[in-house]
Amino acid sequence: MAETRKVLIDPLVDNNPVTLQVLGICSALAVTTSLMPALIMCVALTSVAALSNAAISSIRSRIPNNIRIIVQMTIIASLVIVTDQLLRAYAFETSKQLSVFVGLIITNCIVLGRAEAFAMKNGVGLSFLDGLGNGLGYSVILLIVATVRELFGAGSLFGFSVLPLTSNGGWYPANGLMLLPPSAFFIIGLLIWAVRSWKKEQVERADYQIHEVHRTEVF
Amino acid sequence: MSDTATENPGGKKPFERDSVSNTLIVAIGLSLVCSVLVASTAVLLKPQQERNEELFRQRIILEVASLMEPGADISELFSTIDARMVDLETGDYTDSIDPVTFDANAAAGDPELGVAIPADLDIANIKRRARYAPVYMVRDGSSIEQIILPVYGSGLWATMYGYLALENDGVTITGLRFYAHGETPGLGDQIDRDDWRQIWVGKEVSDPEGNVRIEVIRGAVQDDGGSGDSRYQIDGMSGATLTGRGVTNLVQYWAGPHGFGPYLEQFSQSDDAS
Repeated sequence: MAETRKVLIDPLVDNNPVTLQVLGICSALAVTTSLMPALIMCVALTSVAALSNAAISSIRSRIPNNIRIIVQMTIIASLVIVTDQLLRAYAFETSKQLSVFVGLIITNCIVLGRAEAFAMKNGVGLSFLDGLGNGLGYSVILLIVATVRELFGAGSLFGFSVLPLTSNGGWYPANGLMLLPPSAFFIIGLLIWAVRSWKKEQVERADYQIHEVHRTEVF
Repeated sequence: MSDTATENPGGKKPFERDSVSNTLIVAIGLSLVCSVLVASTAVLLKPQQERNEELFRQRIILEVASLMEPGADISELFSTIDARMVDLETGDYTDSIDPVTFDANAAAGDPELGVAIPADLDIANIKRRARYAPVYMVRDGSSIEQIILPVYGSGLWATMYGYLALENDGVTITGLRFYAHGETPGLGDQIDRDDWRQIWVGKEVSDPEGNVRIEVIRGAVQDDGGSGDSRYQIDGMSGATLTGRGVTNLVQYWAGPHGFGPYLEQFSQSDDAS
């Protein structure tokens, strides 16, 4: 039971795919200008990660080693296409906004990474939970970033006005930078800083040490 | 975890998952399962997706004419707009085709309903077009307020489909909106942005002599008080010069003599084209 809990809860903060492993950044920049597309993207990625992990785990003892990545990609790609079709049928507006980024879940490192690292070695139930946990870990970060960006960039949350904009006669001048991709980098960077100040064990060892160079060392 | 490779029931040869036969079985089996899954989802959801596309297209028509209100019923609002078919060559209305079921793409490829566009006139790079095209009219009582023309042409990556709305003088633009395109996200897809679309409002498609002048230029338009060329010019989008050129070409083609030109000429001559 403790292990099951760990598999599901660990990726939320302690082993977060975005802040610790720094994976899946591309879509985190692209779909977080407002909350609604970010939320749909999170649901899509989480379900693809969970279901692909379960599917791959269920046939893991039959998957030949030399074509295992192709097999994993085929399963992931099929699930992504199904998800994309479902969104187009039932969440048309948002799927327009997400455009290519749903399709790009196929190349999201989190999904393939969990399939290769976890689902190939663990049972179906546990793999499903691992996919779910990692999807949720990604979702937590995406939703935080999207909340900050939509609130300060457009003065609204889920499209409802929270800070009345000066352009509509309110008092809040919209911060246009928040709607541009670099702001997501800044916010994710600040998040990583915050998480690592809180959980010191996540701080990586420096690759090299800067120190004073003595004259004798130069020669 | 139980590994099939370690089991050996009935003294058969042990299961060899890296063997050629197993590789083939897994590859073929997986492809079959996945293709059935993907194909059936696509087929099952197609009707719903097409309904969405149609509603979206209607919403774009309403938006380009600034008739869309938040929360309004799209189909109901759309039914207040008149749709009629126009013979592009003569510019006359025709009732032989139903504008609701008309499919411009299919008609363009049809030997009866489509015509090839001479290469020197084909600035929008679409090769063929339908002989007829629908126009949508926004009425206020008996007089026509706006006309909305379907326009399409090559962008940087794919064909861009949209609607151009004009005032009843047939010259002044009231809006341009695209409902399908494949332009680069973040660069070319600025054609969807509100602030860029707003630039089009009030610009003029052609000069008083009837020459089509409208153009997306590079950089920003020099303000000359609306007296000179600025009324035919649209600010370019940085990083999307080719998309801008595509938009120029398709608007110029469809407003020009091989597009809706003859219709617009007739329309502006009669006070009320109905």
